[in-house]
Amino acid sequence: MPADNPPTGLSRELIALRVARELEPGSVVNLGIGLPTLVAGFVEPADHILFQAENGILGYSGVSESDFDADLINAGGQPVALVAGASFFDTADSFAMIRGGHIDAAVLGGLQVSARGDLANWYVPSRGGGSVGGAMDLAVGARKLIVAMAHVTRDGEPRIVEVCDYPLTARRCVDVVITDLAVIDVSPSGLTLRETAPGVSVNDVVAWTGAELDTSGPVCEMPL
Amino acid sequence: MIAEYFDTPDDAIADIADGATILVGGFVSAGTPSNLIRAVRRSGRRNLTAVANNIGLGDLLDELCEDRQLAKVIATFAIRASGTRSSRFEAQYRAGEVELELVPQGTLIERLRAGGAGLGGVLTRTGLGTMMAEGKQTMELDGEEWLLERPLRGDVALLKAWRADRLGNLQYRLAGRNFNPVMATAAELVIAEVEEIVEPGEIPPDQVGTPGIYVDRLVQCEPIPVRWEG
Repeated sequence: MPADNPPTGLSRELIALRVARELEPGSVVNLGIGLPTLVAGFVEPADHILFQAENGILGYSGVSESDFDADLINAGGQPVALVAGASFFDTADSFAMIRGGHIDAAVLGGLQVSARGDLANWYVPSRGGGSVGGAMDLAVGARKLIVAMAHVTRDGEPRIVEVCDYPLTARRCVDVVITDLAVIDVSPSGLTLRETAPGVSVNDVVAWTGAELDTSGPVCEMPL
Repeated sequence: MIAEYFDTPDDAIADIADGATILVGGFVSAGTPSNLIRAVRRSGRRNLTAVANNIGLGDLLDELCEDRQLAKVIATFAIRASGTRSSRFEAQYRAGEVELELVPQGTLIERLRAGGAGLGGVLTRTGLGTMMAEGKQTMELDGEEWLLERPLRGDVALLKAWRADRLGNLQYRLAGRNFNPVMATAAELVIAEVEEIVEPGEIPPDQVGTPGIYVDRLVQCEPIPVRWEG
């Protein structure tokens, strides 16, 4: 490793902004708990991206702390506002959308992503028990899976690894990883570096990635 | 087909037995039967199995761990990823005093749906290749691998809706439906707490979220405010 600590990359908000730029106009998107929920605050209204919450809302906008209504929350329990044309439904309908391939993209947090696109994000072995929510359903059901996470752990261990040693959420499910350091595409042939964060070099990303990374293609700085 | 009215949530749940499996509707604060949960807490019933989306996230279900009334929890959110905050359930789980069956949310709802709809199980890709598939049957159909998940039913379902009529028709508001309509189909005894009881016909037929055929008991209660604690 070239340094004891990884370079300073994007803040959580800037990762969310970069994720928002990855979403297709007009698409239906589910945001996981934690960092992914920030993404709703960074989309352009003109792009008409519709957010689905697995507790039964299609068409909510960002978190709204005013006028808390216990019956109007997203899947992270946060109060939300609705967009024009929103709809409500029960959990069976919600997971028909998710498992039936009707959700264009899901954004989930991650603990580890492997070289072949396995995701681990629901169970920290040192804590046990776990909370899975809709993560396993979204990982297999969403047409595109974007993982938004810190590039390394607090202890400086890479989260992008050859093989996950944390229990899996799903096999071969990740399409794109967006971290504080890089945007990495995942395909059956492996991991490809697409973008680096401002001030972060290709060598930095390679050094703090625990799996083989193809850097031979065009690599640009993240548009923010 | 006429739902029975009860004056208090305590009366409505009075004959729940020790050892019962209780389906609890709601998603954190939305559509959660908090008055009925509190009544179960007061009843002192023990050795219960609770089936719910979440426990210990600011929900009142966690209060059933104050006096170790739960023997088992089947849920999707139970133990937080970070250790900064802990629930009574988590403490009891770590002490080995309560069993946890963690289930993916889509699998939980489909198991309940199968249980309520007379189906023998669910074939899903969710959980394949993970800890969730351990000990379960998988099968290959037309070249694709599937995981078999078995139906789930309760002795009792505790639901929350906005309004109800004498026939037991339930009307939900906003995101208050979540698990409630499916749980209504999957228990021997279905008890709903509602904010208002109205005359038949006052809920427009196309606004009925749970047809009265599923609902046995009604109790009108002021909702108890609950906030997510992440």
